[in-house]
Amino acid sequence: MHFDLTEDQKEIKRVARELLAARSSWARVREAAEAGAAYDEGLWRELCGLGWPGIAVREEHGGQGLGAVELAVLLEELGYACAATPFLSTAAAAAAIEACGSDAQRARWLPALAAGEATAGIGTRALCADGAGAAVLVLLERPSGEAVLVTGADSAPLATIDPTRRYATVDGGDAEPLGDGGAGAVAAADRVRAAIAAEVVGVAQRALETTLAYVKERRQFGVPVGAFQAVQNRCAQMLLDTESARSTALFAAWAADAAPARLPEAAALAAAAAADGGRSVTASAIQAHGGIGFTWEADVHWLYKRAQLDAALLGGARRHRAVLARLAAAQIAQATNS
Amino acid sequence: MDLTDSPQESAFRDELRAWLAANPAGEPPHGDEDAHYGWRRDWQRRLADGGWAAVHWPREHGGRGVTLTQSAIFYEELAAAGAPLPANVLGLLLAGPTIMAWGTQEQKERHLVPILTAEEIWCQGFSEPDAGSDLAALKTRAVKDGDEWVISGQKVWTSGAQYSKWCMLVARTDPDAPKKHQGLTYFLMDMEQDGVEVVPLKQITGESEFNELFLDGARVPDEQVLGGVGNGWKVALTTLMNERSGLAFFLQVRMRQLLDELVGEAAARGLTDDPVVADKLGELHLRCEVLRLTAYRGLTAIETYGQPGPEGSLTKWMWSETNQQLTQLAADILGPEALTSGAPWAYELLRARGNSIEGGTTEVLKNIVAERVLGLPRLR
Repeated sequence: MHFDLTEDQKEIKRVARELLAARSSWARVREAAEAGAAYDEGLWRELCGLGWPGIAVREEHGGQGLGAVELAVLLEELGYACAATPFLSTAAAAAAIEACGSDAQRARWLPALAAGEATAGIGTRALCADGAGAAVLVLLERPSGEAVLVTGADSAPLATIDPTRRYATVDGGDAEPLGDGGAGAVAAADRVRAAIAAEVVGVAQRALETTLAYVKERRQFGVPVGAFQAVQNRCAQMLLDTESARSTALFAAWAADAAPARLPEAAALAAAAAADGGRSVTASAIQAHGGIGFTWEADVHWLYKRAQLDAALLGGARRHRAVLARLAAAQIAQATNS
Repeated sequence: MDLTDSPQESAFRDELRAWLAANPAGEPPHGDEDAHYGWRRDWQRRLADGGWAAVHWPREHGGRGVTLTQSAIFYEELAAAGAPLPANVLGLLLAGPTIMAWGTQEQKERHLVPILTAEEIWCQGFSEPDAGSDLAALKTRAVKDGDEWVISGQKVWTSGAQYSKWCMLVARTDPDAPKKHQGLTYFLMDMEQDGVEVVPLKQITGESEFNELFLDGARVPDEQVLGGVGNGWKVALTTLMNERSGLAFFLQVRMRQLLDELVGEAAARGLTDDPVVADKLGELHLRCEVLRLTAYRGLTAIETYGQPGPEGSLTKWMWSETNQQLTQLAADILGPEALTSGAPWAYELLRARGNSIEGGTTEVLKNIVAERVLGLPRLR
C-alpha cells in the first residue's frame, strides 16, 4: 500500500508546474481566450516537442511509454495553468486508443497524436472539446457506455462560456467501435473521464491557492479577510472538495493501468467527485474574492468556466452517482447470493 | 503508487483473517451496557492471548511492532469480521503510548501489561465543563501534600470511567503560571479511592458511555506523575496527537457496512431505481470511498514524511458528516420503522449526532485546517 506519486512522477509534476508557470501565465491564457478561443500555438508546439501528448502511448507508437498516472499528473498541471491548448482531448484520446484500441486504430492514430501532428476531440455530439479541426473524435454518448471513434465528421464551433478551450458540435461522420467494442470500449470511455477528472483537480487546486493568497492579502476591518471564520470555513471546505477529487482521480488513474477490474467504479467516483467538486471550489473562489472576483479582470472566472465545462464533459455528477448506486446494489446482491 | 497490499501486508492480513475466523467474537449481548462492556473485555483478553491486542506497540511491550499500514489493516479486518473494538481502547491507543513516551521504567513495568490484557481499564480525564475544545483552560487543581498530590475539581465526557481502574488526568499544579497552558501536570490517577466519584451522563441515545468525574481530595503519589511536574501540556499533547488513524479505519469499515445494510433495505423496498434515492445512495457510496482513499493517502504521507499531509486533517470531518447523512437517509427510506424506540437505525441516527462533537468538533477541526494546513491568520 503506497498511495502517493513516485519520485519520478513528482519530478514530472515539478517540471510541468515550472514550465507552465513560465509559458502559460494568466496573461497568455487571457490573450488566447479574448482572441476568441484561439489556442496558444507556441505553447502547444512546445508541449508536442516535449512529447507530452504521447505520454501514455507506447514507444513503438511514438509515445513516451508511461501510463495513466503520469498522464493524470500532466493533466492536473495543465488544468492548474488553465492552459489554452488541445492537450486534454489529444492526450486522453491517445491514451484510450493505446489501451483499448485495435491494432489498426493504434497504427493509424497514435503516431500522429503522440507527435501532436494531429489533434483529437472528446465528448459528445452536443459538446465536443477540441472537436473543430480534430482528425479523430472519441465520443462517449452510447447508453451502453462504449466509446466510439468518429472520423470525417462535420464539426461546427460552439461558443461556450469557457473561451480557454475550443468546443464544437458534431454532425455525421463515420463511427466505429473503439477496439472490439464491448468492455474494452467501455474502459476507453472510463479512461477519458478519469483524464477529465484529473484536469479538474488542477483547476480546483489553482482556485484554492489563488483564494488563499488573496484572503491573506486583502484587508477589511483592519485585518486580513482570511482571519474571519466564515471565510476560513469556506476555504477549509474548498480543501476538502479538492482533496476528495484528488483521491478519486488518482485512484482512477492507478486503476486504469494496474487494476482494470476496478476502473468502472473508480472512474465513476472520480467523475462524480470532480464534476461537483470543481464547480463548488471555483464558485467559492469567486465568492471569497468578493467584488473583484466577479470582474472580468480577475482571473478566477477562467477556472470557474473551465470547471463548468469539464463537469458537462463528464456528463454531470448525478449520472455517475446513479452508476455508483447500481454498483453498490449489485455488490450487495452478489454478497447475498453467494 | 500501489493500492494493493505488499507481500508483507498481505501475509499480515491473511494471518489475522485466519485467526479471526478461528476466534469469532460472537454476537454482542443486547440491552445491557455492562454485559456489552464485559463482552468487549473478554474479547480483548482473547486478542491479547493471541498477541493481537496492540499490534502497533513495540515487541518489547507485548505488541507486534507493525507498520502504520498494518495497524490500519488490523482495524479494517476487525471491523470486517464484525468484532468490536477492544474494551480498553483508550489504554491501548492513548495511555500506553503516552506512558511509553514519558514514563519511568517503573511506570512502564507497572502499567503496560495490565493495559494490554484489559486487566486494568483506563479513562481520559482531560475535558471539563469549562474546558472542552479549549483544553488549556482546565481548572482542576492539584496541591502538593508531602509526597502526594491532592486533587479537586470536575471532569466530564469521561468515557468508560465506570469500568476504569486508572485515569489519565491533567490538573493545574501552578495557578500562578503566566500562561494558561503552563503549570499543568499529567497524573496517573487510581480511580478506586474515596474522593473520586463517577456519575453517569445519560446521552440522547439513553445509554451512558460518558460520565462526569467529581474529584474531591483524591490523592496521587509523586511516583504517579507522568513526564514531570509542570510538563502536563506537552504530555497531554502526546496523548492527543497519538496516532489514532487505526481507529479511523475501523470506523470507516463500520460505516461501509451500515451503508451496505441501507442499500439492502432500499433494494428490499424496490427503491434503488428511484432516482432520488439512487442519487443519495450514490453520494454516500462516493463519500465512503473518498474517506477510505483519503485515509490511505494519509497513511502513506505519515509513513513517508513522518507527518500527515493536508488530507490528514480531513478524515474525521468527512466521517462524521457522512455518517450523519447516512443515518438520516435511513430515516427517509425506512420511515417510522427507523424511528421506533429500540430500533437499531434509531440508535444509529441518534448516536451519529455525537460524531461531529466527540474527539474534536467539526467547527474546531475547520479552524485547525484553516490555521495549520492553509496557513490563514488567527483573529483571536
